[in-house]
Amino acid sequence: MRTVIFRTIAPYLSALMVLYSIFVLLRGHNEPGGGFIGGLIAASALAIFGIACGVASVRRAIIVHPMSLAGFGLFIGAAAGVISLFTAQPFMTSQWWPVNLFGVEIKLSTPLIFDIGVYLVVVGAISSIALALEERESD
Amino acid sequence: MAGPTTTTAKVDYAAAMNLAPVAPGDWLVVAPVLIGLLGGAICLMARKNVSLQPKLAMFFLSLLVAANVGLLARVLDQGVITMVMGGWLPPFGIAFTVDPLGATLSLIASVVAFCAGLFGISTVDSTGRRYGFYPFLVLLMSGVCGAFLTGDLFNLYVWFEVLLISSYGLLILGNSRVQLDGAVKYGVLNLIGTNFFLIGTGMVYGVFGTLNMADIAIKISELDAPASGTLLTIAVLYFLAFAMKAAAFPVNFWLPASYHTPNIVVSAVFAGLLTKVGVYALLRIMVLIMPASREYLADLIALVAIATLLTGAFGALAQSEIRRLLGYLVIAGIGAMLAGLAIGTNPEVTTTAISGTIFYAVHSIIVMTALYMAAGVMNQLGGSYDLRGLGGLYQQNVAFAALFLVLAFAVSGLPPFSGFWPKVILVDAAFSDGRGWLGAAILFSGFLTTIAMGRVWIYAFWRGGPEGTPDGQAVAPADGQSAGTVIGATVWVPLGILTAMVVYFGLQPEWMIDLSARGAAGLVDPLGYVRSVFGDQ
Amino acid sequence: METVPAILVGLFFAVSVYLMLSKQLVRMMLGIAILGNAVNMSIFVNGRLTREVPPVIPEGLLVPTEVTANPLPQALVLTAIVISFSFFAFLLVLAFRAYQEVGTDDVNDMRVAEPENDPLPPQGY
Repeated sequence: MRTVIFRTIAPYLSALMVLYSIFVLLRGHNEPGGGFIGGLIAASALAIFGIACGVASVRRAIIVHPMSLAGFGLFIGAAAGVISLFTAQPFMTSQWWPVNLFGVEIKLSTPLIFDIGVYLVVVGAISSIALALEERESD
Repeated sequence: MAGPTTTTAKVDYAAAMNLAPVAPGDWLVVAPVLIGLLGGAICLMARKNVSLQPKLAMFFLSLLVAANVGLLARVLDQGVITMVMGGWLPPFGIAFTVDPLGATLSLIASVVAFCAGLFGISTVDSTGRRYGFYPFLVLLMSGVCGAFLTGDLFNLYVWFEVLLISSYGLLILGNSRVQLDGAVKYGVLNLIGTNFFLIGTGMVYGVFGTLNMADIAIKISELDAPASGTLLTIAVLYFLAFAMKAAAFPVNFWLPASYHTPNIVVSAVFAGLLTKVGVYALLRIMVLIMPASREYLADLIALVAIATLLTGAFGALAQSEIRRLLGYLVIAGIGAMLAGLAIGTNPEVTTTAISGTIFYAVHSIIVMTALYMAAGVMNQLGGSYDLRGLGGLYQQNVAFAALFLVLAFAVSGLPPFSGFWPKVILVDAAFSDGRGWLGAAILFSGFLTTIAMGRVWIYAFWRGGPEGTPDGQAVAPADGQSAGTVIGATVWVPLGILTAMVVYFGLQPEWMIDLSARGAAGLVDPLGYVRSVFGDQ
Repeated sequence: METVPAILVGLFFAVSVYLMLSKQLVRMMLGIAILGNAVNMSIFVNGRLTREVPPVIPEGLLVPTEVTANPLPQALVLTAIVISFSFFAFLLVLAFRAYQEVGTDDVNDMRVAEPENDPLPPQGY
């Protein structure tokens, strides 16, 4: 699999896919998309990078261990539900903070935080499985 | 999802949402799950820091125990409490509904997890910690507590999956050959069981258009034929699914194949908690939601219970590996709990029998965890899990031998320990219901268990030394350790807490009997449960 | 409307049960994957099927203008797909590791945890 063409293209392809995954994540707010599907795209980007350039370089590229990434995602996902404790509403009631930035209304909200958490959990969990499989293949 | 602040149209949100302010005390309903999730996430991030991890995990587990104590106190004080996620009114929103049964089991489970976390400090080495023993233990607890507290069928499925995925992680902690072999069987069988559960849930939704337990309970009680063909199909699917989870007779083979493979503290947690979550789900669905189907299937459940009781007891007799022997005793306990589910055609007897099942579940959670921990200590002292390689433990450590004897009495159902009372309740209910043979099976299984445990006592503790040594002479272990291996505080404290609970529930059973009776009454007469979800309509 | 998908669900179940009865671990894994799909489809069909009307509320309104497809089974199926997908991925890794360690994918030969001819416990007291 490690042809010159693939190895040259893979980093760009992966970068593009990660960018696209973030687009899908944010778009998922009101339209098809969302944290899970975005996370899957990002995880497959990492998998492609791993196939082309080796698992070690993927681990270097994402700095933290994928499982820690998943842990962080789980943490902010669960924490997003706790915010409604302070407004005397039940667990997971969505809170909205619309922000006006250069004339565009951006709806910051707890569902968005939750979705980012889902994204990170999926990236972390799926890529750690994918990397584990790729690692076994080489030895 | 348009939130209240982003739209200008006039809509009556009170028709769909709970707009009343929620008291911070009601957050106790979700606190166990939240603590599990947040704590598990934090431990997962600190996975590489092997010395910080136990402290973090013990902090969250003690927080969990405190939250569950608060929750149980609140439920006993105010009756069943409900919280709907996101404020969406049931049956549309996912409801967490906590009754005395769920709160009791959640509390006992968290105490056991606390003890296991403490026990793990000395038995899980740094490799095991790096593989994630503590994060998975805390996440497992969020799954277990979530399953006990939720009031929604699909949500129950999700919590089952949370605890299942954490249990996979725990099961393969050391990545050894035996563990992978056992984990494959455990994983495949449990995944198939979950799929049966999901089929049943899909059918429930197809028939009733709702997944809220209270809502289904109302709709079924209003039917002309509450045990029609479709409903019986659903009931049998659920029975099969949870029997698989609980390791009841025809689908029990995964348990003895996998429970002896992981680290001993993992075995202890699994033996204590996982099968009992299956029993809890059976109680919830068969008694609260589908009482008519339960009565119709009572003979089948009784047969399964007897077969499970006997399989467990005979299986235990045929094992010389202590952990596998204990695995079979877990199965025998499941049989006794299922027996309670089979008894009763009038509400009074049913309530008694179900309260016996609940008490037995509490007893089994505590005693099986403690016994697996004791097996770990036996291995530490004698260097083996096999009856042939053990001997002379009584001479080595009299206090530990006494503690083991207490647990052996309790698991056999002998007075004055915690196993005695639930068996009395169950056997009494069986005889008063005209199912004397069911009571006889419970007693016979207890008799065989006594023999099996007696053999462990005689071979591992009472005789002088392991097989091949002249009787009455303990030999020094081969690896040059002194015979009197010191048992540390992190082993004594959890074992001591659990044994103290066994003794306490044996000598002062009124509290637990009363609590199980309240839990059972809430299941048999779901009025309080339904009112908590839908208000006083 | 539901008849054809229901037959398809039955077919899926038949295929998955057939595969799961196999001795080869790989086939069992495939059977489990198909079982998950069969279950998901059965939930979907249980929620009743409607054609070509997605459950989307038009802009500016608060309720849909016509009878739409039931969104709840879709949400349930999505959750179930996510879960069964991740479990399948995990089981696949597990089976692969077990195959590497045990050296066989024939489940009849996977007797490491429960060795054959296990000695009986000591007899007598």
